Amino acid sequence: MEKNSAPAGWPLWEVFIRTRQGLDHKHAGSLHAADAKMALENARDVYTRRNEGISIWVVESRHIHASSPEEAGEFFDPANDKIYRYPGFYQLPEELKNI
Amino acid sequence: MTPLISYIIHLADNALILGHRNSEWTGHGPILEQDIALSNIALDLIGQSRNLYQLAASRINVFSSRKESGAQEQHMLSGEKKLFTEDDIAYLRDSPEFKNAVLLEQTNGDWAKTILRQFYFSHFQLLQYGGLLNSREPMLAAIGEKSIKETRYHAKWSSEWICRLGDATTESHERMLNALNDLNPWVPELFAAADYEKSVTASGEGVDPATLYKPWLEEVNKILETATLLPYPAEKKAPVLSGKNGFHSEHLGYILTELQFLQRAYPGCEW
Repeated sequence: MEKNSAPAGWPLWEVFIRTRQGLDHKHAGSLHAADAKMALENARDVYTRRNEGISIWVVESRHIHASSPEEAGEFFDPANDKIYRYPGFYQLPEELKNI
Repeated sequence: MTPLISYIIHLADNALILGHRNSEWTGHGPILEQDIALSNIALDLIGQSRNLYQLAASRINVFSSRKESGAQEQHMLSGEKKLFTEDDIAYLRDSPEFKNAVLLEQTNGDWAKTILRQFYFSHFQLLQYGGLLNSREPMLAAIGEKSIKETRYHAKWSSEWICRLGDATTESHERMLNALNDLNPWVPELFAAADYEKSVTASGEGVDPATLYKPWLEEVNKILETATLLPYPAEKKAPVLSGKNGFHSEHLGYILTELQFLQRAYPGCEW
């Protein structure tokens, strides 16, 4: 991933927030910070001002490895026609009411 | 006006004036994330001042209705007979009636000076609100309890910046030294009790600021040392000016000109 630099030369961080009801941390956005401590505080100030969260994770963007768009074909297309991977594909025996 | 009302207004003025100074950074912060951080702190402080002004207004109204002539308090409202609101106190007083510490009205200067002013005051306010938790005035104790969480974050945020700036580049260190030079003379006032502070301390409603000096000095100097900066000088100095008693530097007038413009130009205007 490209190292996106702020005017101050601070690295980019990705922010994940867990909401009050949420069970998992969800990606909220990104921001600039000099280090992890500042990234957490910046995340608190930028992304939880309206009571959005009770827990924050930050990770420097350069540590995230992303799948590349050029490989999207071999990565994702093969799953297209595998309908048997959905539970609805299978006929359930009469006796089975709930699954 | 009772000592308790003066004291509440003093606390409110401290929060409003520093909140206003911080709000001047909105849109001008060194980086978007820190612009928002400081604007959040400004909003916290203005929120605290609102709670305190509301409390002061309700006490003024009770006080005025008890008095037989009841006219002395009316100068703020140019003689009009109506109930006081928080806005009357914030917007319709002139600088000699403001009771904020002079430190808080100092100009923002650079980021180092703004941070140092916040750092000094947040650590002071943290101890002050801590003391108010035991106030015999339940509303003050409640406001203290609500505000102390915000203030704890302000103290943490500004302390970290002190360490970053003090111990980073030659330039940032130099700027911190200049900030210390600029602001240190205004600090002693925080700990010099005004008469109304002495009264409310005696009645168990307020906190004697002089008792906060030792714990403040200890905490502040611990952080300044980590930041490789000069410690705050331990010997007690006399205040240069007493903003608490209405004697301000020239800066407050300019702040009020901007802060009060709308209410002065369009009295009673709401939005």
